[in-house]
Amino acid sequence: MADILGAEVDEEGFLVNLGDWNKEIAVEMAKSDDIDLSEEHWDVINFLRNYFEEYQIAPAVRVLTKAIGKQFGKEKGNSKYLYSLFPYGPGKQGCRFAGLPKPTGCI
Amino acid sequence: MATKKFMYLNRKAPYGTVYALESLEVVLIAAAFEQDVSLAFIDDGVYQIVKDQNTDGIGMKNFSKTYHALGDYDINQLFVSAESLKERGLSADDLMPLVYEDEDDDWAEKPSVKIVSNAELKELMSEQDVCLSF
Repeated sequence: MADILGAEVDEEGFLVNLGDWNKEIAVEMAKSDDIDLSEEHWDVINFLRNYFEEYQIAPAVRVLTKAIGKQFGKEKGNSKYLYSLFPYGPGKQGCRFAGLPKPTGCI
Repeated sequence: MATKKFMYLNRKAPYGTVYALESLEVVLIAAAFEQDVSLAFIDDGVYQIVKDQNTDGIGMKNFSKTYHALGDYDINQLFVSAESLKERGLSADDLMPLVYEDEDDDWAEKPSVKIVSNAELKELMSEQDVCLSF
């Protein structure tokens, strides 16, 4: 089984034990996707983690987009902006960096 | 694709079987297709949205928090059988205060839960294109 900084990940790179997450793991995951995590990335990652904490699910992209726009300004509430941060999909890649399971309904 | 009216009937207690959780997951996945979706809570299904659920003693995930996300998914028609509540000694105050934000009304929070009689539920069901029972 593969691991990142000692934390076990599944075949798609998602953490097996969500409790293993820390910021260094997120940075490391991003690095292997050639991404340097900026403040804007962290806004989304922290949002995802808070959403999961509150609702026990990772939000669908549509829900994420709407909520980001509401919280961080309309210019950020669109999939173009979110895909510029997470080219492999804000749901899938964002949730992976955030240490969450794959979003419900994500294939 | 034309919009269809979907109603998900929830009839079983939240834990003990997987029906309630499966129903909720199907609802959330199906929400992506932007249909007219409503949920009905009947019989022991009313326990699914009872507040202050605690699963510590049974080692299962407490997924009751996830019902609060339904509003974000534009699912804001949750019908609860008045008779089923009464038979179990429950009232509206025992249910989670589930709300949604009305986009057309400056994001005002509005209640999603509506308690209706079985006669009204029957009427609602007859208006649906699809009823899925869990």
